[in-house]
Formats: sequence, C-alpha cells, structure tokens
Amino acid sequence: MFDLSGKTALITGASGGIGADIARVLHDAGATVGLSGTRVEPLDALAAELGERAHVLPCNLSDMAAVEALPKQAVEAMGSVDILVNNAGITRDNLFMRMSDDEWQSVLDVNLTATFKLCKGMIRGMMKSRWGRIVNISSIVGATGNPGQANYAASKAGMIGMSKSLAYEVAARGITVNAVAPGFIATAMTDKLTDDQKSGIMKQIPAGRMGEAHEIASAVLYLASPEAAYVTGTTLHVNGGMAML
Amino acid sequence: MSDIAERVKKIVVEHLGVEEAKVTENASFIDDLGADSLDTVELVMAFEEEFGIEIPDDAAETIQTFGDAVGFISKAS
Repeated sequence: MFDLSGKTALITGASGGIGADIARVLHDAGATVGLSGTRVEPLDALAAELGERAHVLPCNLSDMAAVEALPKQAVEAMGSVDILVNNAGITRDNLFMRMSDDEWQSVLDVNLTATFKLCKGMIRGMMKSRWGRIVNISSIVGATGNPGQANYAASKAGMIGMSKSLAYEVAARGITVNAVAPGFIATAMTDKLTDDQKSGIMKQIPAGRMGEAHEIASAVLYLASPEAAYVTGTTLHVNGGMAML
Repeated sequence: MSDIAERVKKIVVEHLGVEEAKVTENASFIDDLGADSLDTVELVMAFEEEFGIEIPDDAAETIQTFGDAVGFISKAS
C-alpha cells in the first residue's frame, strides 16, 4: 500500500523535525524527494542518509525571489514535481497588543505567501500531467487559535482556506489539495518548553502524550498516495484528540 | 487560413472537444465553445508551449475568442 515509485516530491522545511520525517516516509514509499530548507547542513545530512533519489534544494522562504525560483530548480533536479508538501513554517510569538507589523508580516510571508507562490509555481506541471498532490502543513492553532500566536494562527488558518479554494479549482484535473493540522508534536520547537508548560499541555491531550514527527509524516503519505485520490479540500487533524474537529 | 490559425484551431478542437466548424473567428471559448475558466488557463498554457512564447496573465485575460488568440500569437511569435 501507498506506493510512490516513480513520483517526485518537494518538501519545504525538510531541515526541521517534521519535514525531515515527511521526506523519509515519502522516500521510503519510493518517491524521489527534493529537500528544501534554509539550513544546508541538515539537508545535506538527510540527503546522505537517504542515499539515491534525494536532492538538496536550499531556499530561504522569506526571500520571495528565491521562492519563485524554487519550482524551476525542483523541476530541473527531478524532472517534475508530482507531490508538493508545504511544511516550512516560522513562529514569532507575541501578545496581540504588542505584536509588531514586522512580526505579523514575516510570519504571513513565510507560512502563507510562500505556500501560495509554491502552489502556483507547481500547479501548472500537475495540470499538464493530470495528476498532483499538494499537502499543506497547517496547525491545530489554525482552527482553535492560541494566545500569543495571532500571526501564526492566522497564517495556518489561511493555508486551510487557500487549500480548499485551490482544491475546488483543480479537482477535475486529478489534483488534490489537502491540509494536515498537527497538534503538539515532539520537535526542537516543543523541546524548548519547560516541564510545567509540557504537563499543562499534556492535560489537554486525551492521548496523554505528544505526537511524534513520523505520525504527521504518515498522514502526509496517505494524502500523497494514489489511494487518497478522492480526498480533497480536507484537513486531517493529527493531535491525539486535543481538538476533535 | 494562416499556419498559426491552423495550429491554434487544432489545440482548441483537441482540448475542448468541439467540432472544427464551430471554431470561427469570433467564437468565444467560454460562451460558444463550452470552456470553463480553467479550460481557458489550460488553453493559454498549450498555446505557450506550441508557439514557444510567454503569455503574461494580464494578456491572457484579453484572449476571449479564437480570433483573439490567433491575433495575439501572430504578434508575439
């Protein structure tokens, strides 16, 4: 099940915990993967770990010229992009009343605008081949909100609305567009939380634990697979029951 | 009919599955030939490929009829 042999996938934020696991899982299923991210060193290490069928495509998503160049680079490296996973994201948390325009804009730029531009750059090839998968990594806070994260939550909710709209437009062309909304996942980002913060969060998770990166990656694998051809415009929540949406 | 018009007509006929006789100078892709808005985007993509030209979005919006397409491509290529 879930055979991606012969498919090509571009994953942004592949230098991070969740992105790297998404790349591993898609690669394991047979896909050729393009690893994009800002930091080259972890991308090189991941490419070395994966061996064949892995390409390093560094890109700083806050640099819009670089974002616009990425689709072309990915096609040059892999011949096509059948599967696009917009996973890269940043946070710049602050209380709403203290949030600067720059904190707002930089998060919207990387999380939402870069996603828009990459979808736009990739959709043409997918339309031509009458097959495509776009998976946008949103967040539970895009649905629930979170104090201190007005910018991040807005960007993640925006990704869901954008995904649904695009899903309508391209559904008849064999292209699906979906979102995955992780809850609290054990990554470098959540490692920074204090034990008190962690236990506070844990009380809100019926599953009683944080999620693992590979559990997000598995959801992405499903949505990227031929088996999920009839699933489009949906948001798959992977959060241990923290929000049952 | 010019070579460009012949090639454009072939793309339109193939893509929209319409009879060749219906593809006249003033035939509107959407109103007369049954295209939806995404079909028109795909037609423009196909023209770009066939003629090796780039049709910017604002120009693409002005291509409503078969005649518009032939006119634009004749000028651009």
